[in-house]
Amino acid sequence: MKPGTRLKSAACDTEVMVIRTAGGTIECGGAAMAEEKPADAAALSPDHSNGSLMGKRYVDADNAYELLCVKPGKGSLSVDGVALVTKDAKPLPASD
Amino acid sequence: MNIALLLEMAADAAPDRIALVCDGKRWTYGDLLAAARGAFEIIQESGVEYVALLDESSEASMIALFGAALAGVPYCPLNYRLADEDLTALLSRIAPALVIGDEERVERLAGDQGHTVYSRKLFTLKSQETWPEGEEREYDPGEGIAVQLFTSGTTAAPKAAILRHSNLLGYILGTVEFASADEDDAALVVVPPYHIAGISALLSSTYANRRIVMLPSFEPEAWLKLAEEEKVTNAFVVPTMMSRIIEKLNEGVSANLASLRAIAYGGGKMPREIIEKALALMPKTGFTNSYGLTETSSTIALLGPDEHREALASDDPKIRARLTSLGIPLPTVEIEIRDEDGNVLGPNEPGEIFVRGEQVSGEYKERSALDAEGWFPTRDAGYMDEDGYLFLSGRADDVIVRGGENMSPGEIEDVVLTHPAVGDACAVAIPSVEWGEAVGMAIVPRDGHEAPGEDEVKELVRTRLRSSRVPEKIVYVEELPYNEMGKLLRRKVKEILAD
Repeated sequence: MKPGTRLKSAACDTEVMVIRTAGGTIECGGAAMAEEKPADAAALSPDHSNGSLMGKRYVDADNAYELLCVKPGKGSLSVDGVALVTKDAKPLPASD
Repeated sequence: MNIALLLEMAADAAPDRIALVCDGKRWTYGDLLAAARGAFEIIQESGVEYVALLDESSEASMIALFGAALAGVPYCPLNYRLADEDLTALLSRIAPALVIGDEERVERLAGDQGHTVYSRKLFTLKSQETWPEGEEREYDPGEGIAVQLFTSGTTAAPKAAILRHSNLLGYILGTVEFASADEDDAALVVVPPYHIAGISALLSSTYANRRIVMLPSFEPEAWLKLAEEEKVTNAFVVPTMMSRIIEKLNEGVSANLASLRAIAYGGGKMPREIIEKALALMPKTGFTNSYGLTETSSTIALLGPDEHREALASDDPKIRARLTSLGIPLPTVEIEIRDEDGNVLGPNEPGEIFVRGEQVSGEYKERSALDAEGWFPTRDAGYMDEDGYLFLSGRADDVIVRGGENMSPGEIEDVVLTHPAVGDACAVAIPSVEWGEAVGMAIVPRDGHEAPGEDEVKELVRTRLRSSRVPEKIVYVEELPYNEMGKLLRRKVKEILAD
């Protein structure tokens, strides 16, 4: 999978753009994400249901993965079962 | 990823929010996205290699930027102030292009170059009408070039600087929090569309969901009026604009700027006198100096509002001097100062500014200027003090090399400018048989003053600096040649001195 790929959650409305990725499985709501939504929605895992936030970037501890949430949903994002955390922008004091 | 994603997300999250106010018309994010998708259809159909703009800022510049991105065609806004001859040359470098704007001029200058030309009005209208809502479209994935800007060419012929989707997105995602603007926030955009600050202003405000208030052509009273009427909260200006706004305020033009929280400036050297006046006139406004280049997708270092106030209030000359600094590098980029042999220099040692980071393209159409480790030589000369504040002394190409000794024009100019009868001054290299190069100087006498004598100027430089810096040739002129962004055109000063 290459950067710029848009992935959809099988368990909720979440959609992400892949900014950086390694070989693991990117999941949302506990289920693997894919470019197409499956015909039957996966169940939302209670362990991965903190929700995703529009416009937030999500990274792993090693910074090997980075996702940009472009559609929010009820599931939270993880890679191989390990939850991702948000990465904040460092806002400029309105320099543009 | 494609920069059009920024608009798609804004339109998704806040379709009915006002995105743009221009010439009294209001556009929502939904309107703009629909028009950008319509523009995609027009651009696809035309089969061009570039989408160019030969016009002032308007809704068309925003629609063209995002429409071209969706189509995967580089967007190339052109400087409409260029002379016919220069513009013809630039148009030929991007043929065949879809050119939006001055139809008559394109026809006259480049009628035989194969361009497709639209007036602003027709392009906007057609874009609004053309989106086939509901039909599936395959938009460009954004792996290539988003924007091509011709550099202003103050020292040489304009270079075609390339900004990829990844450079611009790296800058925006790293520095703007999505939808962070309040519904009442409004940014006054007055920089021309062909300037990098004009591009980044559109992208940042879109991603922050901040209303853009466009002033297509700068005029200080119009700027003040629009800032008041639209309750503008943020604005970006170049130093010459700031100086003219202050002039109007000093003349007693009244404007309620209570909403104006932040003014950022950049694009040229801000005279200390002007920024000090601005801070005094607008005590509640936060000022930010932002330093960046076309090749770095805009800002790479900045001096923030608190640092401005702190510097102004300080008695410590070192802290006070920060008012003329570029501030500190963004956390998302790395900056180094290097000497001519590429050695990294320590604090306060002058050299060339190098920068590295995701937002740094450093790429021209013909070649990349990045070194093997991804560092971009800015060709700006400067130094960093021990606290990490970056100071600019001029363009590296402007350095005068006299008998093997490197001299910064800024250093000599600063001394000459302390003379009460000198209004403006510019030092450039002139050919010298003995030394290779020597210092030439153009001086603008201050209004109402007798021009200072050559000997007086030479003596001033000799006592304050050293004898090698003393100008060998001095000419007196009525004004120095600045471009519309307030950049001093040193190559023209060289021409004056050569005569």
